Amino acid sequence: MNTLDSKIPEGQLSEKWTKYKASQKLVNPANKRKLDVIVVGTGLAGSSAAASLGALGFNVKIFCISDSPRRAHSIAAQGGINAAKNYQNDGDSVDRLFYDTIKGGDYRAREANVYRLAEVSNSIIDQCVAQGVPFARDYSGMLDNRSFGGAQVSRTFYAKGQTGQQLLLGAYSALSKEIKAGTVEMYERREMMDLVVVDGRARGIITRNLQNGEIERWGAHAVVIATGGYGNVYFLSTNAMNCNGSAAVQCYHKGAFFANPCFVQIHPTCIPVKGDYQSKLTLMSESLRNDGRIWVPKKIEDAVAIREGKLKPTEITEEDRDYYLERRYPAFGNLVPRDIASRAAKERCDAGYGVAPSGYGVYLDFKTAIERLGRDKVEARYGNLFQMYEKIVDVDPYENPMMIYPAVHYTMGGLWVDYELQTTIPGLFATGEANFSDHGANRLGASALMQGLADGYFVLPYTMQNYLSDQIYESKVSTETEEFVVAEKSVKEKLEKIMAIKGEKTVDTLQRELGHIMWEYVGMGRNAQNLQKAIPMLEDLKKEFWSNVRVTGDLTSLNPELEKAVRLADHIELSQIIAKDALQREESCGGHYREEFVTEEGEAKRNDQDFMFVGVWEYKGKDQEPVMHKEDLKYEFINVQQRNYK
Amino acid sequence: MDFTLKIWRQENRKAKGRFETYKISNISPDCSFLEMLDILNESLVDKLSHPICFDHDCREGICGMCGLYINGHPHGPDSAVTTCQLHMRKFSDGETITIEPWRAKPFPIIRDLIVDRTALDKIIQEGGYVSATTGGVPDGNAILISKHKADEAMDSASCIGCGACVAACKNASAMLFVSAKVSQLALLPQGKPEAAIRVQNMVAKMDDLGFGNCTNTYACEAECPKQIKRSNIARMNREFICAKVASEESTKR
Repeated sequence: MNTLDSKIPEGQLSEKWTKYKASQKLVNPANKRKLDVIVVGTGLAGSSAAASLGALGFNVKIFCISDSPRRAHSIAAQGGINAAKNYQNDGDSVDRLFYDTIKGGDYRAREANVYRLAEVSNSIIDQCVAQGVPFARDYSGMLDNRSFGGAQVSRTFYAKGQTGQQLLLGAYSALSKEIKAGTVEMYERREMMDLVVVDGRARGIITRNLQNGEIERWGAHAVVIATGGYGNVYFLSTNAMNCNGSAAVQCYHKGAFFANPCFVQIHPTCIPVKGDYQSKLTLMSESLRNDGRIWVPKKIEDAVAIREGKLKPTEITEEDRDYYLERRYPAFGNLVPRDIASRAAKERCDAGYGVAPSGYGVYLDFKTAIERLGRDKVEARYGNLFQMYEKIVDVDPYENPMMIYPAVHYTMGGLWVDYELQTTIPGLFATGEANFSDHGANRLGASALMQGLADGYFVLPYTMQNYLSDQIYESKVSTETEEFVVAEKSVKEKLEKIMAIKGEKTVDTLQRELGHIMWEYVGMGRNAQNLQKAIPMLEDLKKEFWSNVRVTGDLTSLNPELEKAVRLADHIELSQIIAKDALQREESCGGHYREEFVTEEGEAKRNDQDFMFVGVWEYKGKDQEPVMHKEDLKYEFINVQQRNYK
Repeated sequence: MDFTLKIWRQENRKAKGRFETYKISNISPDCSFLEMLDILNESLVDKLSHPICFDHDCREGICGMCGLYINGHPHGPDSAVTTCQLHMRKFSDGETITIEPWRAKPFPIIRDLIVDRTALDKIIQEGGYVSATTGGVPDGNAILISKHKADEAMDSASCIGCGACVAACKNASAMLFVSAKVSQLALLPQGKPEAAIRVQNMVAKMDDLGFGNCTNTYACEAECPKQIKRSNIARMNREFICAKVASEESTKR
């Protein structure tokens, strides 16, 4: 059995990263030029890593699934990015950001990784400012902050409601500079199809050129996976249409372990589902919860009348409204962490108080904020979000409350990595949402951008050198070896097999079926009975896919149906380990809520005695049961408590 | 709602393209334009034909990946939205809708409605950045920027690089796109040291790639889904002239 060595440096928490950097091995400039690095994915994590490694002098190749790095879904992050600057003098510090992140993650993340994240957070802001990222400023010309869920300080930096866009464009500009300098080569419209492992080390990848179907081989001394999360296994999510977990599954099949797959974040403020033609769900930034108040009617007959269109929300008096978050969590109110806000909405809707025609929707109301601040101020803060809402729903949110419901948003689980962000395959690194490392069982708002950029700008450039220092004796990786030939052949066979099925069901139909199983049985509220139902259903779906999918077009031209089919096959596999992981974790923690494990008040009940570990899954081959290993979590510096936001 | 769709089909870069007509019915007015195309595509796959290829990704108006020329307008008839944010309620029942790709020499067609926009990336690579490498930068608050300037830079920076401005322009000019980046960085102190080199190199690359000159008709501004202002173009022209006349710096890096 593989033992999981997280490689946490010795010493005090606050000294670990400093000590690591002081003792790690480096590569001299002449040798850097001889070393090749592949980065897959061009979002915040991938672009920042490629730009930083290129600037150091390594030969970097970066692969992008779209036509440009600027399309990556990091661009859609709205609210902001956290950092422990304490510019507001409100009591923030590295220790406080560390503590909030660990607590927000419900004590299921590694102390040392999270501390390092909090430590480098301040450098990210400085770096982005230097790149020309137009963060919001106050009248003194200093950087402005706002508050976010799960924190009692204002530590979130933002650029209107488009922070992800501006940070990604910052990373993209750094990447563009390196492309011009010739240290990074960019390959667009390429999708990774397999990882190539030679003598136990990651040595390259196989890609498909999406424009002409060509299968290509690429060799390198190390490979970085920065391909984001797998939220699209639920079909409807806030993820972009091209987001997928395929690269991670390929690595899993080649021996990289997969950690905590069941930790999926459901975001509380999304626009509710409208019809079965719907292709995705739109997020309304968490920042809206700063001023918006969430409610449903107190009387069930009012909720029914609203659903039937006989009553308007504006006709319901204050005393007949149930501001359930403020009622249940007076200390944090509407700013409780995402998992808690999502479950509370589901609880009200399941009880019959939902207000959308489907019964699944609650109100997010700005009436009080408009009265208190005036319409202009509300418009200045959230104008672009209000416009977006009105364009989609055709209802004016200044006059009527918004309607929202939780939706799948982010996956905390991902490829298992050690302190160096290296997977169980030497030379294979995973970064950003694609790894599992920093958010435990629930991610706090404005922390995804922080983690993606921390990994890319300030962690990988150090830890990868430590690995690459041993690789200077290796010559250029040849793509003519047996391993590359076999990998290419198996990719081609897989694609031909899919094309040859010529079945009855379209990829989208099967994808919807997968989404239905996952949302109904492995969604927001899970229990053993449903999970045990889902596992054979997923097995059946897998069989149906491989015998009845219909893919038109051909292998040698641009073929979106084929692209979707390949991803769907991988998503079914991922769903299987999500369900298995959810079943073994007999506790409720963060985004993972098991209905059997709750307190008397209906809150999530953790079981630290038996489940304070990372569930790490090892692939054992086709038709074999995967095996779960445990990485025990040790809290040496933090006092583990029951999460309480009351 | 029912619609007749006239859609541009073209197998690859070199193939000859043509319009094909499709009928689609029972579409909800709340359906987005791309979801309507999804429904059409699913029916095409059902009939064993090749679905219509179009670029799309975030479907919330921020990635800039989608872009269809609908009834003679980039991103269709609604204002300040991308194609993915356009909804069928903006059309009338029974309407014939013509759907084409962006048409511009620097954007060759890859397939059907998908064009190659990497020319825009190539312009950015010529200097659409501050040459700061990772590390060794001052504290974020060491550089003071007035709120007004920061907000103005943010407005320019909100360009999503979709290429609608190029598609809208008779000359296929990329001036609005280029000037938005030039403006963002010219407005901020971080961008000043390289401002003169940047504007000259980016403009030279834009010309080199075959984008045309500004027509001064501002169709770009009218069609921009992010409402990028034409004053950016004026600022870029000013920056360009000043750089040409006054700068002693070489444009070579």
